[in-house]
Amino acid sequence: MNMAEAQWQGVMPEHASGASSKLIVESVSKWFRTPRATVHALDSISMQVAAGEVVCLVGPSGCGKSTLLDIIAGLTKPDSGHVLADGHLVTGPGRQRLVVFQEPSLFPWLDVFGNVMFGLKLCPELTNDGRREIAHRFLGLVGLEKFERVHVHELSGGMKQRVALARALAADPQVLLMDEPFGALDAMTREHLYDDVQRIWRDAGKTIVFVTHNMREAVCLGDRVLLMSQAPGKIIQAFDIPLPRPRSIYDVELVGYAARIADALRGTVGGGVPE
Amino acid sequence: MRRIVVPSLFFMALLGIWGIAAGSGRWSPVLFPSPWSVAEYLWGALLDGTLVEAIFVTMKRLLAGYAIGLLIGLPLGLLTSSSQMLEDTIGALALGLQTLPSVCWVPLALLWFGQTEGAMLFVVVMGTVWSVIIATDHGARTIPPIYARAARTMGSQGLHLWTRVMLPASLPFLVSGMKQGWAFAWRSLMAAEIYVTILTGFGLGQLLHYGRELQAMDQVIGAMAMIVIIGSLADRILFSPWERFLHRRWGTNVE
Repeated sequence: MNMAEAQWQGVMPEHASGASSKLIVESVSKWFRTPRATVHALDSISMQVAAGEVVCLVGPSGCGKSTLLDIIAGLTKPDSGHVLADGHLVTGPGRQRLVVFQEPSLFPWLDVFGNVMFGLKLCPELTNDGRREIAHRFLGLVGLEKFERVHVHELSGGMKQRVALARALAADPQVLLMDEPFGALDAMTREHLYDDVQRIWRDAGKTIVFVTHNMREAVCLGDRVLLMSQAPGKIIQAFDIPLPRPRSIYDVELVGYAARIADALRGTVGGGVPE
Repeated sequence: MRRIVVPSLFFMALLGIWGIAAGSGRWSPVLFPSPWSVAEYLWGALLDGTLVEAIFVTMKRLLAGYAIGLLIGLPLGLLTSSSQMLEDTIGALALGLQTLPSVCWVPLALLWFGQTEGAMLFVVVMGTVWSVIIATDHGARTIPPIYARAARTMGSQGLHLWTRVMLPASLPFLVSGMKQGWAFAWRSLMAAEIYVTILTGFGLGQLLHYGRELQAMDQVIGAMAMIVIIGSLADRILFSPWERFLHRRWGTNVE
């Protein structure tokens, strides 16, 4: 781990936060081969995330930000480079790095409570009573304690993502990876969730990597925003967001930050309109 | 209410037209019996036990063949869905043999097994297994990959992943495969019973066959009616409610 850090000092000195680095992504590249063409998705991405830090990845669609998240999760293997979590090489998925996906990923054959219990049952250190208590607590935290016995198909899109969040948080992962979790929701539901998520994160103190293409969402939630270029994706700029929390997406300063990032993105895509 | 009244009227009208046509005297009642004489035959067969016996024998054969077909077809379907090599070999074989009408298995079965229950069973299994493989394979391929991805990040793998995620996720498609298999088993068995005449049991298909031998048209039509009624009851009672429930709950709105 020390060697990796030493290497890192030179690359991005302002963020080389030393011993507290939870995640280290080191020159990760990825190509996708289709019968027609080879797409260079990620071009030697390096970044690190401190423990308890919220890092947002933004970029144009198709820039490989979801692929990067998959690689950090261990669901996809990089073609070169590697990811270290707590100094250990990531070789596959594991419950220390839980993912909240954009698509509905709840299991429809289980009710809301059963979905939250699914992850908990894979934690051998807990007792059954302990699992149930935790599931109740986290469903309460996302405001769904009255919906425990409801089936997934009866929930709205926003409620589904709340359950997915509770399911991920309940298993107490060290790192939470969120892949545009609110992308499919309407604006009003999303704004509600920003408030909830900030409150929950403040209490939970998780290390979070949050992928989005919404600038204001990124600035609202992130301690740091990393801007990625179009494919092949690489990190072209990092923005520190020193705004006090909880943040509102209508805050003037926050909008200013979002505009600056959007401008930077526009520069990279040659006058195109960012999403 | 409307959904009961309209079909009832439709089928009563159909029976009425049949009755009038049979009563018109244009066709010999030997070849074109009235609905009442068919009903009379069925009532008599019910009272003297031949009908119950035939249904029982047929169901016993059907269940045995169907169970074997599922036992072979479901695992093979899951396997072909998970391996390209098995898909290209067993999957292609299933696709080819599924196009073979099950009655085409009868000559082979008769030569191999003679006039035995074994021949009957063979025809039913051959008629069932390929369609079950194909339906299961198709179903397993349609499982959204997101379920496995989400489960894997939570630490699920191997046997746990298969029994707690892949199996329940494929349930709606397994039921579709089972329904498909049932329909094919039913058709195959009728073909087998018409051609394989044995003394170990007298099923609905044989009832139909002997109706022809005896030129008893009321028996032929009566047996056909029973086959239709049992086939659609099985579909309505055993499969459709399950299928509807699973697709609704799973959010896979196929219907």
